[in-house]
Amino acid sequence: MRLSGTEVVDTFAEAFPMWGARIVITAESPAWAHEAARSLTGFATSVIGCKCEAGIERELDPAETPDGRPGASALLFANDRDGLAKRLVERVGQSVLTCPTTACFNGLEAEETVDVGGQLRFFGDGYQASKLLDGRRYWRVPVMEGEFLVEERFAVAEGVAGGNIIILGRDAAEALRAAEAAAAAMRTVRDMILPFPGGIARSGSKVGSRYSGLVASTNDVLCPTLRAQVPHTDVPPDIGSVLEIVIDGLTLEAVREAMARGLEAAARAGASQVTAGNYGGNLGPHHIELRGLVADLRDD
Amino acid sequence: MPLTLTLREPPTVPLETEGLTPDRLAGLSRGEIETLTVWHGNRQAQLADFFTVSGDGDAELRLEGDLRRVKFVGAGMTAGRLTVAGDGGMHTGAEMRGGELVVEGDVGDFAGTGMRGGRLVVRGSAGHQLGGALPGERAGMRGGEILVQGAAGEQVGAGLRRGLIAVAGRVGDAAGLRMLAGTIVTLGRLGAAPGAGMRRGTIVAMSKVTLLPTFAHACSYRPPFLRLYLRHLRGLGLPLTDEEIEGRYARWSGDGLELRRGEILILEPGPR
Repeated sequence: MRLSGTEVVDTFAEAFPMWGARIVITAESPAWAHEAARSLTGFATSVIGCKCEAGIERELDPAETPDGRPGASALLFANDRDGLAKRLVERVGQSVLTCPTTACFNGLEAEETVDVGGQLRFFGDGYQASKLLDGRRYWRVPVMEGEFLVEERFAVAEGVAGGNIIILGRDAAEALRAAEAAAAAMRTVRDMILPFPGGIARSGSKVGSRYSGLVASTNDVLCPTLRAQVPHTDVPPDIGSVLEIVIDGLTLEAVREAMARGLEAAARAGASQVTAGNYGGNLGPHHIELRGLVADLRDD
Repeated sequence: MPLTLTLREPPTVPLETEGLTPDRLAGLSRGEIETLTVWHGNRQAQLADFFTVSGDGDAELRLEGDLRRVKFVGAGMTAGRLTVAGDGGMHTGAEMRGGELVVEGDVGDFAGTGMRGGRLVVRGSAGHQLGGALPGERAGMRGGEILVQGAAGEQVGAGLRRGLIAVAGRVGDAAGLRMLAGTIVTLGRLGAAPGAGMRRGTIVAMSKVTLLPTFAHACSYRPPFLRLYLRHLRGLGLPLTDEEIEGRYARWSGDGLELRRGEILILEPGPR
C-alpha cells in the first residue's frame, strides 16, 4: 500500500507490556528543569543494556506543576514493577536530587505506587523532614544549596513498549530527513516517549546472536550493507539507509497515535518505504497493523 | 433543600449535640432524627425539644439559628458536608475524621481539638486552643485541615502532631505550644512565644515575630514545600499573595529546650 507516494509494508509492530512511571521535575527556570530531566533520562535507550527506557515527555508550564514553577515531565519504563522502583530511586537520586533548584513529584495517577522519596530521604542523614498535604507525603531533604523536595510515592502502571516504525531511504540523508520529521510529529503525542537519541535508532536489533551470551545483535535483514551477504534481506535494491523509531507509552492508544503521526510525517518527508518490526507475533500481545494506521490516516 | 436543623431559640445553658453529623444522620427518618438524644446542661433531652427538622438528603446537613451555646457541633464526623449558618459553640469539629465542616460565623474555644481528618473551615474567627489537644492528652490535632478566615485565640495548634492549621487574621500567644509536628500558617500578626516547647513541625509567619531566645537563626531561603502549601491554601480561599508564595523566608530552628527540630519561617520583606 502507498501513502503520499511512500510504500508502506503490510506488516505490524509488535509491542509488549512494560511498567511505566511519570516523573514531574520543577525548577527555578525551564532550563534547569530540562537539565535535570535530560540527566534523568540519559543512558536509557533500551532495557537490553540500560535496565530501563526513558525520555522527556514534554515541557510543563508553571500552571501545570504542583509548585507553580516551570517543569518537565519524563516517562521511565522497566520490565517489572520492582525494577522500575529501583531505577526511579537511582535516577531521581543521582540526577534530580543533585541538580540545582529542582523538586520532584509523581505525575501519574494509578492504583499501584512505589517508594521513591521514602528511600531518598535517608540522604538527609537524620535531618530530613516530611510533610503530608492532601494525602500525599513529601520529603524535605537538606542539601548544601537549600532543600530538595521529593514526593514519597510514585504511581506505576503497566504501559506498552516496543511500538515502532522503520523508515527506509534511498540514502542516509533521505532516511534521516524522514525520520526527523516523523520523530517531531510523534513528540506531539502525550503519554509516550521516544527513548533513543533524538528519538531515532540506527541500530535496530534482532533477538540473539551467533556469539553466546549476547542477547541482541544487529538486525542484518535490514542492514543495506549486508544485502548481498545475508541469506534473506528485507532491504529493497534502491535503499541505502534504514532508521527505526521506538515508542514507549503509558497506553496502547498513545503508542498507536504516535505511530500514525510518524508514519504520515515520514511519508510526507519523502521516505521510500516504511515498515515495522515484529517477532512474528510470538512475543508481544499488542500487534499494531500499519494497514490500520494507513486506513485511519486516509479517513482523516 | 439539604437536611436542615433549625435551633428555635438559644439554650439557657450549653447544649451538647455530639453525633449531629451528616454521616450519622444519613438514612435516618425525620422521626428518628427528632428523637435523637441531646444534653441540655445535665439534663437529657430530645433533639426536637430544641430543633425544627426540615429538608432531606444524606450527604449534606445544615444547622441554623444562634448556635453559640451549642457544643460539639460536627464532632466526630467522618464524611459528608456540614454547614453551620452562623456561629458555632465550643468544641466545634472536635475529633473530626473526615468530610467538610463549614462555619459561616465564629467558633468558640477548642474547635477542632483532637481532629484526625477532614476539613474545618471557619469564615469568622476562632477562640483559644484551636486544633489543640483533648484534655489529658499530649498530642493535639493528628490530621486534617483547619482554615480560619478571621482571627484565632491563644495556643493555636497546641500539641499539634499532624495536619495543617491556617489562620488569615491575627493569632494569639503561644501558637504551636509543645507541637510535635504538622504545620501552622499565620497570615496576620502572630502573638508572643510561638513554638514554645515545639519538637518538630513548622510555623509560618507573614509578619515580624518576637521569638523566644531558644530559637536560632539558620538561613534565608525559599522553602520548596511551602509553595505547595501556600498554593493549596490559596486554592481554598485564603488571601495569599504571589509575594508570600514565592518569597524568601528566614528559617529559625527550635525550640532549643527540646529537639530543635522544629522551625519558624518568617517572610522577609523586600524583593523576591
